[in-house]
Amino acid sequence: MQNHAIRVNGLKKSYKELHVLKGVDFEVGKGSIFALLGSNGAGKTTIVKILATLLKSDGGTAAVNGFDIASKPESVRQSISLTGQFAAVDEILTGRENLIMIAKLRHLKNPRQVADDLLNRFGLTDAADRRVSTYSGGMRRRLDIAMSLVGKPQLIFLDEPTTGLDPEVRIEVWKVVKELAEGGTTVFLTTQYLEEAEQLADRIAILHEGRIIANGTLAELKNLFPPAKVEYVQKQPSLEEIFLAIIGKKEEK
Amino acid sequence: MEATKGHFFSDMGVMLGRSMRHIFRSMDTVITVTITPIAMMLLFVYVLGGAIQTGTVNYVNYLLPGILLIAIASGISYTAYRLFMDMQRGIFERFHSMPIARSAALWGHVLTSLVSNAISVVVIILVALMMGFRSSAGVLSWLAVAGILALFTLALTWIAAIAGLSAKSVDGAGAFSYPLIFLPFISSAFVPTESMPSVVRAFAEHQPVTSIVEAIRALLSGQPVGNDIWVALAWCLGILAVAYIFAMRAYRRKTA
Repeated sequence: MQNHAIRVNGLKKSYKELHVLKGVDFEVGKGSIFALLGSNGAGKTTIVKILATLLKSDGGTAAVNGFDIASKPESVRQSISLTGQFAAVDEILTGRENLIMIAKLRHLKNPRQVADDLLNRFGLTDAADRRVSTYSGGMRRRLDIAMSLVGKPQLIFLDEPTTGLDPEVRIEVWKVVKELAEGGTTVFLTTQYLEEAEQLADRIAILHEGRIIANGTLAELKNLFPPAKVEYVQKQPSLEEIFLAIIGKKEEK
Repeated sequence: MEATKGHFFSDMGVMLGRSMRHIFRSMDTVITVTITPIAMMLLFVYVLGGAIQTGTVNYVNYLLPGILLIAIASGISYTAYRLFMDMQRGIFERFHSMPIARSAALWGHVLTSLVSNAISVVVIILVALMMGFRSSAGVLSWLAVAGILALFTLALTWIAAIAGLSAKSVDGAGAFSYPLIFLPFISSAFVPTESMPSVVRAFAEHQPVTSIVEAIRALLSGQPVGNDIWVALAWCLGILAVAYIFAMRAYRRKTA
């Protein structure tokens, strides 16, 4: 029973006449990376908000780290961290102050040390004492994720972590997510990029018109399609690959 | 619930520290909040004051309570602004998904408003002293003045919270304070109400600012305060209660 970080049964949510979730079921294994795929407006963020106790569901049940979201929201919040779609960082504070603030709010013993460690880990030490308003989009996102890691939550929600980021930063975020999972953290991420799910996720679920219409490993999902035919095509590099090849030499080290 | 209740005050302390940093790092807000009322005080005392008949010798003494209320009314519009920005930027979402008392985030803004307005009130009183403001009030009277001003700040802050929580745009969040800033002009803050035409005078004498101004003025000059202080307290507490209820309702709607 404790093998599941998230267990969702028949989750429903409507905004007035609009039925966003019409009975969503899925499970997320502890320590895995789970990707929820769906087009814009499919309800991915709604699921994240319900599981992070920011929003109440209209029906169904869900347990996060073994705690029922309706009856034990405090325990849920104790064990999770949310990185929303928009970087939830304080622009007027410095990077270090942001991390210390979160560490204090999580009532950790040594907020300064925690902040220093995370700054170091996310390559933000040089920018630590600059205001976040001077950070680039990638730095902001890194700080955002670092803030979510304060207090080492067992489960972290990443709601479209790479939307609006340039390809270079996207790869950086992917690296962070992989490291997290290697360290035993469960990662629940939503994305509209198929490639992102393919790169990262142990399991992929596709949310469409309020329901999960497919759920499995990448291999399982591929099996849903007719067996691959062998065709010979000339491989053209995508513009993204070209872009990364030109500017991204440093990624190779 | 218990786990978060125990940390309510330390959480609120962290929130207070955060928004106080915001205030001190955006000096333009500090300047607007204190310099504008001071400029107004200079203007009224040294330019217009000579022509205003208040029946008192010292016009600074007469003017100060109204200036303090104007400072507070313009100060709280920044509370609405900061609250609005927090709702927009997703930082509240982060706070709310953490194991902290949810209202700590809101109370942090309210406390910040009290502290920052207290700072500007003190600065303005110091400038007034340099301009010849003198008071015969004792410690108790000063405490009473501080209490009324704190209550007035709280009441307006909760109005600001409604605006900050329910506004659709930044401009909307800040604009509500303009009528509040103008209320002191249609009161006994600058000139005695006896000089006003009857309709205006009726309004001036029955709106909250007049009783608050009269109560503070009486306390500072060591005069008997009479009924004004009770009317002033009733206004402040009434506005506070109503605004608090609506602000909390708006907050719950946003964070359901």
